[in-house]
Amino acid sequence: MSTQPDNRFVDTRPYDPNAALQELERKDLDAPNWVLIWRKFKTHKLGLTSGVFLLVCYLLLPVVGFIAPYGPNERDSEHIYSPPQSVNIFHNGELRAPFIYPMTSEADLETFQWVFKPDLENPQSLQYFCEGATYKIAGLIESNTHLFCAPEGATLFLWGSDRLGRDVFSRILYGAQLSLTVGLIGITVSFVLGIFFGSLAGYFGGKLDWTINRMIEILRSLPELPLWLALSAAVPSNWSPVAVFFIISVILGILDWPGLARSVRAKFLSLREEEYVRAAEMMGASSGRVIRKHLLPNFMSHLIASAALSIPAMILGETALSFLGLGLRAPAVSWGVMLNDAQNLASIEIYPWTAIPMLPIVVVVLAFNFLGDGLRDSLDPYQH
Amino acid sequence: MEILRYAIYRFGTMLLTLLVVSVLIFVIINLPPGDYLSNQIAELRASGQSSGVEKAEFLRKEYALDKPLWQQYMIWMGFMPGPHGFSGMIQGNFGWSFEFDRPVAEIVGESLWLTVLVNVAAVLFVYLVALPLGVLAAARARTWVDYTSAFVGYLGLATPNFLLALILFYYGHKYFDLPIGGLMDPAMEGEPMSWEKVKSILIHLIVPTFVIGTSGASAMMQRLRANMLDELGKPYVETAVAKGMSPSRMLTKYPLRVAFNPFVADIGNLLPAMISGSVLVSVVLGLQTIGPTLLTALKTQDMFLSGFVLMFVALLTLIGTMISDVLLVMLDPRIRYEERQR
Repeated sequence: MSTQPDNRFVDTRPYDPNAALQELERKDLDAPNWVLIWRKFKTHKLGLTSGVFLLVCYLLLPVVGFIAPYGPNERDSEHIYSPPQSVNIFHNGELRAPFIYPMTSEADLETFQWVFKPDLENPQSLQYFCEGATYKIAGLIESNTHLFCAPEGATLFLWGSDRLGRDVFSRILYGAQLSLTVGLIGITVSFVLGIFFGSLAGYFGGKLDWTINRMIEILRSLPELPLWLALSAAVPSNWSPVAVFFIISVILGILDWPGLARSVRAKFLSLREEEYVRAAEMMGASSGRVIRKHLLPNFMSHLIASAALSIPAMILGETALSFLGLGLRAPAVSWGVMLNDAQNLASIEIYPWTAIPMLPIVVVVLAFNFLGDGLRDSLDPYQH
Repeated sequence: MEILRYAIYRFGTMLLTLLVVSVLIFVIINLPPGDYLSNQIAELRASGQSSGVEKAEFLRKEYALDKPLWQQYMIWMGFMPGPHGFSGMIQGNFGWSFEFDRPVAEIVGESLWLTVLVNVAAVLFVYLVALPLGVLAAARARTWVDYTSAFVGYLGLATPNFLLALILFYYGHKYFDLPIGGLMDPAMEGEPMSWEKVKSILIHLIVPTFVIGTSGASAMMQRLRANMLDELGKPYVETAVAKGMSPSRMLTKYPLRVAFNPFVADIGNLLPAMISGSVLVSVVLGLQTIGPTLLTALKTQDMFLSGFVLMFVALLTLIGTMISDVLLVMLDPRIRYEERQR
């Protein structure tokens, strides 16, 4: 860099007209697609944060039993509808290890309710790596060690307890296992059906296309919830919770595929005229191979983005079904099942913490929305 | 006249769709093993009451439940003579509710109109809210107006309807003294229409409309904003600004006109979701629409009742979609649904 007499700055290095192209663009052009997408996605802060958050949530699912201080159906009949307890670190202005104030209960003879008051004189420290209810890590390894639990003779209801004296916090963690996976299973079903029918219609066209298109239109014009309700009402009541869980996720997926199939079909209609498709066909590739190897990879990323955007609908759907008592049933724990308790105004007014499960629902649904938006925006790396 | 022809064509396709839907619904309501009466008969047999069995057997014959499934469907729809000649859906006989022991038509009665009312109110709400907010968010893009409306919109999308219903209900009652539950004062139920009753219904409608409409409104708002932003970047907007047109007049005259089409077309996508929502919200808020009826009917396997309610809900959606399609053609002369000439 040198300064000219008239105060202009001039770079003294020799000028190479191809430098910019060689250094930057070449690398960009050669980079695999996912690197470009990732680079663009990284700039979408909200989407990135949501993605990381969801990843952490899903990674924690197998070990929720370790984090939760109580078991999902562990009852404490002494502490029914106990309000949330806070973990403190200051007692009388002094710093000490995280502790809680034990709850003392007293019967209010006017309203006939138990009134819980924290005993401020008697702080008790939390215990770590202590033994409690047994659980299974990832459904395989049995264990009864918990990350933290209540001190001897006290309770630890971080978000209160429900009508049977079960810990809301622990149940929310356990509920995440079902509520979060319902969306994944549902979207898998919807993905398989959507891609199958969409590619059939788009690739082969003709009568098949017409039939599938009418099918899609009809299914899309129907209100989902009443049909979900009707289908899940048909699930026999003597099935095991696991079977019910699977069938409910499948039901959620069955009504979701038409939207996906429509976009797959539209893409196929335009892509099947491309030269590389014709080339593959001329070389004798079967239709199945052309669809799988040449057409689908083209817009798989788009499909994944739209999947991220339709998972929330399924999570909300499961919640709604369970809330109405037609979805998952106790003893299974999901956020919708938990909200079933908060069904009336009285419980929300007197025991507001029974409605806490709505917070994770809102947060997860928002996160999926942001993630989907971020993915969609970063799918075209060459576009600005 | 072309419009009329299109409307008639669209009506025809709607009827065909409805026919397919009726088959679908009939299959769904017959999915659970057995039917209400055979379950009842088994129960009565088990407890040794023979008088009830006779009645149930009689009803089974009466409603052709002993026939094969396809015949049951034909009789239910009225395409085939049943035990009492042609008497099905298309003849206006909606069947018998075993759970309530009354004709279906009598049970649903008034709630049909209230269902329509709630949904129409919600659709109006969506348009009234989404239109100004969407335009405003686009015109003031990347300012606090935009961000606030986006945030509220996202929250509206993410909050389950029924929770919103409970929360709004609680606070609406606490701070604005809005009435709790139902669609009208309990004293007015079953009374003939009067000015007082209309007023009572209107006040009761506030919370449900808001709850059902919110998620739809936020989706609509975001889409309108995106469309408007696309249009605002175009050269004709620049020309209009350069000519010295006032911003509000320019906005409403050109970009809005273009961005408005998807807005109307969208009602077809929106309506199924809103009707779903209204069923759920009605159950939570105890509105006298067909939502709660559907739930009881499904839980007790009262197949004629649930079948009719499902049919009605589907019909409502289909009619709404049809109206939006016809409106779209009227609004935009460029759109033609005829076969493309090749």
